[in-house]
Amino acid sequence: MRRHLRQRLAHARRIAAVLLSSQYAYMLEYRAEIVLWALSGVLPFIMLGLWSAVDASGGLGMGSLQLARYFLAAFVVRQFTIVWVMYTFEEDNLTGRLSPYLLQPVPLVWRYVAAHLSEQATRLPFVAMLVGLFFLLYPAAFWWPSFSSLLLAVLATLAAFALRFLMQFTLTMVCFWSEKASALERLLYLPYLYLSGLVAPLALYPEGVRNFAFWTPFPYMVDVPARILAGETVPVLQSFAAMAAWAALLLPINLLLWRRGLRHYSAMGA
Amino acid sequence: MQGPHRVGFAFKPVRMAIVRAQGLGKTYRVADKRPGLAGTLRHFVNRRERLIAAVQDVSFSIEPGEFVGFLGANGAGKTTTLKMLTGLIHPTSGTVEVAGCQPQRREADFLGQITLVMGQKQQLIWDLPPLDSLRVNAAVYGIPPEESRRRIAELAEMLELGDELRRPVRKLSLGQRMKAELLAALLHRPAVLFLDEPTLGLDVNAQARVRSFLADYNRRFGATVLLTSHYMADITALCPRVLLIHEGRLFYDGSLETLTQRLAPCREVRLELHAPLGAEAFASYGEVEAIEGREVRLLIPRERLTEQVGRLLADLAVVDLSVSDPPIEDIIGRLFHQGAVA
Repeated sequence: MRRHLRQRLAHARRIAAVLLSSQYAYMLEYRAEIVLWALSGVLPFIMLGLWSAVDASGGLGMGSLQLARYFLAAFVVRQFTIVWVMYTFEEDNLTGRLSPYLLQPVPLVWRYVAAHLSEQATRLPFVAMLVGLFFLLYPAAFWWPSFSSLLLAVLATLAAFALRFLMQFTLTMVCFWSEKASALERLLYLPYLYLSGLVAPLALYPEGVRNFAFWTPFPYMVDVPARILAGETVPVLQSFAAMAAWAALLLPINLLLWRRGLRHYSAMGA
Repeated sequence: MQGPHRVGFAFKPVRMAIVRAQGLGKTYRVADKRPGLAGTLRHFVNRRERLIAAVQDVSFSIEPGEFVGFLGANGAGKTTTLKMLTGLIHPTSGTVEVAGCQPQRREADFLGQITLVMGQKQQLIWDLPPLDSLRVNAAVYGIPPEESRRRIAELAEMLELGDELRRPVRKLSLGQRMKAELLAALLHRPAVLFLDEPTLGLDVNAQARVRSFLADYNRRFGATVLLTSHYMADITALCPRVLLIHEGRLFYDGSLETLTQRLAPCREVRLELHAPLGAEAFASYGEVEAIEGREVRLLIPRERLTEQVGRLLADLAVVDLSVSDPPIEDIIGRLFHQGAVA
């Protein structure tokens, strides 16, 4: 029994390693495109400029250094939580590439997770360069997080990625019924943008809106990990518990839709 | 509607069948929209759908090691049947069993025993050399690295692939890509191969190489193969037995030889003449299929072929002449049009 389990784990490790390395090689072929994607994620810096001007004129009660660190942290967190599984799945479905993947004895989601993690690894040096450039231009904002807050921030970012992936992958199941399911993701981008903390730290929102936001999964996708990384005080346990609760809610829905979707699958383009 | 004709004695039922379909059916729901703006608006307000029976009451079984051709015109239901046999889509009615498993359950044990090759639908990673995709497949199917290297070398030799495996897939020719696809699809040494148009779009030489590889693979590993192809040459070279499907129903299950005699009593003779002639000039040689300027296509009964070709060469100013079987789609189309099979 234990030997069987060990064999299965070794098999899973080998698949994961090979998928990650081949996807990383694939992503490196598209490194120029990935740099452009990384550059296109500078919304937090634009918002930093905007809110700094507001802060200078009226006083937001956050302080310019705190704002700068928050938005830089938000940029970093955003870079490692970008999820595009719906678009790839939709294309794979329409072009018929999904069918050979479905015929292999490995859960399909592994491929997409490996592709995302590999893309993040490809982004890493460019993100580091942009962070370095930021500190060069704004040396006063430099900070070095403590080991514990760095570790927590990494965990929170990973959890944020997992939650965002699970949420989008659950919506992706609609692709089994609709050829343009990605419109749903575009619709969802709006509340994500405003409630995740990408356009402003949630601390600046009116209390009612902020309270409402924390009943949604969005603040845990940017605001919470960014504040941990920026060294702010965050209710860590409560935040991780909320992420776990959202995952526990989404996972069964995802599995149910996956099973039903497979029954409905028509293997288009094949 | 009657069941398929079963001809010949070689294909006995079925106790050892590795593929078994019983009363298999698949119905799709499709949108029913009229053309034009009015049709579009009506469809938007009141969306109508209708049911299309892509496959109806199809039953057959295949024994281990058999090489079976699956024939039918476009839209006849071949690919839908293959998709049900592989578990990609769920049947609306009937039962399927492949290698002792129910395909639609997609159990790892089942997936490890089958493969589906769809012409030009690639599982290879486009921007990387095939070897990278092969590494992934080896890991997925749990083939130890040493064994996978041995198998890759063996299959590459059979497919006449060498350096191509180290070149990005996008840089390979269609033929090389198809061969690499086959290698990827067969690395786990499946017991049952479902091949959907594996030679589609390949030039004649590449078709011949893929064909000889498939025959070799079938012989060497005792694999069971169900092959669809629009190229009659694939079927004649590889498949002693064929299934013929038309409008979703199985019409024939038996030997190719008998089918050919029944479906294609004529061969197609293509002529290029010195100068154009009217259709009446060919009436005594065979049935005129088409005349385009100096090029003429005739259908001549097989038993009179030699005699009539001799006469054509003697009587007319012929620049070029070739003889072939009419495309299988033409033959089947003509036959169903005439109601000869039904």
